Amino acid sequence: MNDTTTINAKEEALLARFEEKVQNGDAIEPRDWMPEKYRKHLIRQISQHAHSEVIGMQPEGNWVTRAPSLRAKQILLAKIQDEGGHGLYLYSACETLGISREEMIEQLQSGKAKYSNIFNYQTLNWADIGAVGWLVDGAAIVNQVSLQRTSYAPYSRAMVRICKEESFHQRQGYEIMAEMAKGTPEQSEMAQDALNRWWWPSLMMFGPHDGDSPRSADAFRWKIKRQTNDELRQKFIDKTVQQAEVIGLTIPDPDLKWNEEKQCYDYGKINWEEFNQVINGNGPCNKQRIDHHKRVHTEGAWVREAAEAYRLKTQNN
Amino acid sequence: MTQQEALFQYTLRLGDTSLIHAQRLSEWCSNGPILEEDLALTNFALDFIGRSQVLLTYAGALEGKGRTDDMLAYRRNERQYFNCLLAELPNGDFGVTMVRLLFLAAFEKELFTALQNSEDETLAALAKKTLKEVRYHLEHAADWVIRLGNGTEESHARVQKAVNELWMFTGDMFDMDETDKLLIAADIAVDLSTIKTKWDNYISGVLEAANLQQPTSSYMQSGSKNAIHTEYLGHLLGEMQYLQLAYPYAKW
Repeated sequence: MNDTTTINAKEEALLARFEEKVQNGDAIEPRDWMPEKYRKHLIRQISQHAHSEVIGMQPEGNWVTRAPSLRAKQILLAKIQDEGGHGLYLYSACETLGISREEMIEQLQSGKAKYSNIFNYQTLNWADIGAVGWLVDGAAIVNQVSLQRTSYAPYSRAMVRICKEESFHQRQGYEIMAEMAKGTPEQSEMAQDALNRWWWPSLMMFGPHDGDSPRSADAFRWKIKRQTNDELRQKFIDKTVQQAEVIGLTIPDPDLKWNEEKQCYDYGKINWEEFNQVINGNGPCNKQRIDHHKRVHTEGAWVREAAEAYRLKTQNN
Repeated sequence: MTQQEALFQYTLRLGDTSLIHAQRLSEWCSNGPILEEDLALTNFALDFIGRSQVLLTYAGALEGKGRTDDMLAYRRNERQYFNCLLAELPNGDFGVTMVRLLFLAAFEKELFTALQNSEDETLAALAKKTLKEVRYHLEHAADWVIRLGNGTEESHARVQKAVNELWMFTGDMFDMDETDKLLIAADIAVDLSTIKTKWDNYISGVLEAANLQQPTSSYMQSGSKNAIHTEYLGHLLGEMQYLQLAYPYAKW
């Protein structure tokens, strides 16, 4: 037996043990052996998740200085701060897989790593802040609740913590929408306008239909992913339609209707052409978001360099 | 001026400085040099908003005309605002923001320490609660100024420039008028001349540790006690008050 076959045999044994562990529902910790494809899949998914939290600070930050009351300003700032905090612990979770935060930021800025498509849309009026909380965080929660049971332990732990805060954000967003929907005619118009613009992009957050979703097979076998895109999307629609009705807003989908037999809502055709366009860089804010991230990163370089220089100086003394 | 009117004015000044500083710090949201600092700055903004809510609500009650914290924040123009000039200055780079925070927090630490003994129970209680936050803001700002002053050539130059440019606005914090005198006599307000030396000593110490020169220019721009501001405040308010002014009958 030569060396290569020994190594292969050893690898296979490790892989078999890994697969068995995952099938038994055991969590994988950073020090456990894992196949390279599993590690790569997780780095891609967790870093994308972290980047989404950070880039998401931009469309919401767009309204911080214009929030219409002190309480609203406080709630919005606290929310964005939570998102930044989520970004931080997701970056840390991802670092346990052997990639540094600097590398992740580089990948974000070069376009190698993605962030959620939803943040390539604009926040144009104050109700958009409500819609982002209600719909975008609402969609994120459906996805994240499912990820609390994901097989990689640091990711799963981060999700448990994040979910608690996200459901709070979702309620706050809904509260803004409810207030505005019952407010002056201009306010309810803003609320409906925000819902019209954010509804379909929110449905796209769950990704392509199951038949068109790449990379799914491994993710399910390794229990990184626990429910399909379509299952999660359906869950989101079913809970959100009723919430819209309660506050007197209309979901912008003429084909939306309750299906008594399936006990869920049927919904209209999602515009995947738009989805693909935005994913490939042709959305309203793709360039703006990344340019902003790069500009801030470049403008802050002297601060980071100074902190590092000071650390080295004081270390030597 | 009655004591009640003076107390309204005094509380408004404290509330306005908190609110305007909060507004400036919140502009750092998604603009920080590192994510941790982005969060720290917006966290401080949250502290300041919280403080301004308490103070403006109290001011409204003292005035007795039914104005809420939001009405005071969103329905006054730049000639009706009494925040100190430093708070309203543009953020500049991270160095400017940190030096401004250092100057203001060092002032607030002495102010609120003394204000704990105020005969006015509301202000005394607020001072006590606020001090914990202020100490943290001050430590954070001083650490950064020392780090930047001793960091690289570029950071040293930038933070020295910030100190030079902000220096002439520091005197405004210590200006006093009839309002102060009336309330000092009643043991309600702090005699700012008594905390000036402490502020000077503390700031000299930090600048020395940061290897920075203290500006020698003695020109100090004042005006905030009479609501005479820099040109920057009008723009800040225009942005902050936009929705309330555009839709005056809406509730948010």
